[in-house]
Amino acid sequence: MGHIVLENVEKSFGEVTVIPPLNLEMEDGEFVVFVGPSGCGKSTLLRLIAGLEDVTGGTIRIDGQDATAVPPAKRGLAMVFQSYALYPHMTVRKNITFPLRMAKLDQAEQKRRVEQAAAVLNLTEYLDRRPGQLSGGQRQRVAIGRAIVREPSAFLFDEPLSNLDAALRVGMRLEISELHERLKTTMIYVTHDQVEAMTMADKIVVLQAGRIEQVGSPLELYRTPRNRFVAGFIGSPKMNFLEGPEARKHDAQTIGIRPEHITPSSSEGTWKGRVGVAEHLGSDTFFHVHMEECAEPVTVRSGGEVDMHHGDTIYLTPDVEQIHRFDDQGLRIG
Amino acid sequence: MARAVKNKQKIINTVAAWGIGLLIFFPVLWTILTSFKTEAQAIADPPVFLFFDWTLENYAIVQERSDYMRYLWNSVIIAGVSTLVGIVVAVPAAWSMAFVPSKRTKDVLLWMLSTKMLPAVGVLYPIYLIFIQLGLLDTRTGLVIVMMLINLPIIVWMLYTYFREIPGEILEAARMDGASLRDEILYVLTPMAVPGIASTILLNFILAWNEAFWTLNLTAAKAGPLTAFIASYSSPEGLFYAKLSAASTMAIAPILILGWFSQKQLVRGLTFGAVK
Amino acid sequence: MATLHARSAARLMMAPAVVLLLGWMLVPLVMTLYFSFKRYLPLRGGDLGWTGFDNYVRFVTSSSFWPSVQATLIIVGGVLLITVVLGVLLALLLDQPMWGQGIVRILVIAPFFVMPTVSALVWKNMFMDPVNGLFAHLWKFFGLAPLEWLSQASLFSIILIVSWQWLPFATLILLTAIQSLDREQLEAGEIDGAPPLARFRHIILPHLGQAITIVILIQTIFLLSIFAEIFVTTQGSFGTRTLTYLIFQRVLESQNVGLGSAGGVYAIILANIVALFLMRIVGKNLDT
Repeated sequence: MGHIVLENVEKSFGEVTVIPPLNLEMEDGEFVVFVGPSGCGKSTLLRLIAGLEDVTGGTIRIDGQDATAVPPAKRGLAMVFQSYALYPHMTVRKNITFPLRMAKLDQAEQKRRVEQAAAVLNLTEYLDRRPGQLSGGQRQRVAIGRAIVREPSAFLFDEPLSNLDAALRVGMRLEISELHERLKTTMIYVTHDQVEAMTMADKIVVLQAGRIEQVGSPLELYRTPRNRFVAGFIGSPKMNFLEGPEARKHDAQTIGIRPEHITPSSSEGTWKGRVGVAEHLGSDTFFHVHMEECAEPVTVRSGGEVDMHHGDTIYLTPDVEQIHRFDDQGLRIG
Repeated sequence: MARAVKNKQKIINTVAAWGIGLLIFFPVLWTILTSFKTEAQAIADPPVFLFFDWTLENYAIVQERSDYMRYLWNSVIIAGVSTLVGIVVAVPAAWSMAFVPSKRTKDVLLWMLSTKMLPAVGVLYPIYLIFIQLGLLDTRTGLVIVMMLINLPIIVWMLYTYFREIPGEILEAARMDGASLRDEILYVLTPMAVPGIASTILLNFILAWNEAFWTLNLTAAKAGPLTAFIASYSSPEGLFYAKLSAASTMAIAPILILGWFSQKQLVRGLTFGAVK
Repeated sequence: MATLHARSAARLMMAPAVVLLLGWMLVPLVMTLYFSFKRYLPLRGGDLGWTGFDNYVRFVTSSSFWPSVQATLIIVGGVLLITVVLGVLLALLLDQPMWGQGIVRILVIAPFFVMPTVSALVWKNMFMDPVNGLFAHLWKFFGLAPLEWLSQASLFSIILIVSWQWLPFATLILLTAIQSLDREQLEAGEIDGAPPLARFRHIILPHLGQAITIVILIQTIFLLSIFAEIFVTTQGSFGTRTLTYLIFQRVLESQNVGLGSAGGVYAIILANIVALFLMRIVGKNLDT
């Protein structure tokens, strides 16, 4: 079980409103990602669900029960912190056992669950070490281990991968996804990294300044972003935005086109420009193209081995079907 | 070449520092040496430095005549119990201020500090009167209370500065793991803060041990700690240098040894975290 | 940044410490204020009624008041001067590379751990005694007449004893402050061609500014109330009767509680003025 509903939940610190009233439902077993730029209120929202902060108004329901005033320990949730928050004076085994000890489970059950969790997370041989003797990835696993032994109704992750280096991050991302596949427990995951959101989520919640900009599956957000903010936030590299005459041609204030939906050519196309920086990644090449009509360079994705260089003239052809149109409020048209 | 210059500089530094260090330490050293002399050698003219007949008789005489052990025991009880009670009162307070700060936390901390600065002599008579009324004069209980109160601000402050270095997320993790407030403080915060708590205990034990206003004014023969024991050596016994030295050595030796362990924490404790 | 539950728990857990200190501060303070407006002589008639500000006026107009203020200022000022100047020099020296630095530190810090009654007695008898004291031997060695330190140079003697006790404190704090100085700053200064003296004046000294202020303020608070050193040596005679000692004598020796309490109120006000400056610095530090 792990069906969490937020009804008109709001939060302010003194005079400052961090989260205006907000409604959100997380289904049982769903992997929900809160994503947004730093300071958008995503971590605060997670802490409200955890019970580490009081809501200023509204109701939080967990599995149908009103949990708004329930202390964190009694909500049946587990949390993995950004800093891992391991107990430095305890061994890995004791760290993982701690929630079970607090729940006063009998010794045999404690041992069974800890060993099971350790096996799942490849921690068995580290059980008697202290957190200080572990690598970043191992610590992360211990933090997850401490969360899973409680068999919570939902897991809360607060930017769990942001302290890891890039390579490890990809690995841990897969591990967490696999864990979700296996446990089928609700997971709520906070990140500022849209790649993590896209790759892991069943449902993404895009937040900005405490407001929900859009809720949907990764592909929904990719295909039909509700507004310019979501369009620019989801997708990598970022969507290109054009204003002025080009946009007016499509009856819009602004049009957006993703780099992967533009075909470059050295001989002919809709737009003409000059190659600025070319980033050769091997599999892909990204051209930053300067056009006269446009202040910002336009980013274009192309195949791996295209022979164009700084200063070359380039022609671009957008896929008309894939053009996103926005009105003067930044909202999607059509 | 550069290396040679550096070594020369290092030699000069070493000689200068050792010279000054020994000069500063000399009164302590002289006291310790004198305590092993006979009374005649202690006032020999010219003074003898190391080549005398080492003897332990002064220690025996001091113990026999002035019941050193009783004063020592009073010192241990007063400094020890007042520090421990202070810790028990201060840990929850420091937890509150470090992890649940409010707008008033800073004011409360500074106010606590200000009570430490209240000149003792300004409240001497009221305390004296209260002690008489409550029958606390010349009792260890009375001194434990006073010593705990005058050091409580320092204990709270030191613990506060140590607790602030513990990331709040770890305590939140404990809360998520189902720990009650008591569990959180007992199983997570306290073990993590052991080094800080230990140095707080150490420094406050030293301060209480050496306190010499209240101990001199509120005790007599019964509850007097070592500060009073030494003060009783003023004159005329003070002119028996060897015995005075033996008594002094016994009074300062325990704390000198403890003090050397605490020198790093000393700075932090006595500057209220302003210099680290 | 916490829940209501945690906040109320926090208030509850702070209560014992706050209540204890509040009691410790308020009860005696109110009593001192109360007595200060009374003519109160426990051994000569007890409570003889209200006298308004009479005690306050009498305390400052008595012939011993100004000399005691003078003695206090000389002792506090002298000790501060000696400990800060020598403390800076000693801290600089101890910061240099040398052999046995740890041991030297231990030697230097030792006096701070010597209880005040011991240091006062040892200095008084074993060093400053005009017949058998070590100084007397030293003076004779150079063919000088031994000094009666505690009567002929009484204030200087007290300053010497107290400075010996507090020099380690100043040194240790200043050393800690020096060691927190960014090495690269000094190296940059060296590369920029600043000679050692200029590096000291423009880099080290400004960096030490705050530490020196703190040393001065904390020492002032402790020095204003030095007691044992005078109690054991001169008992306030030979011009060493400080404000603290004067109040002590009024209250406990001549049992003129009203007068002593008025003096106590003055002492409290004085200490609070110094404390105010200290707390502003400490408070600023709390924000970071």
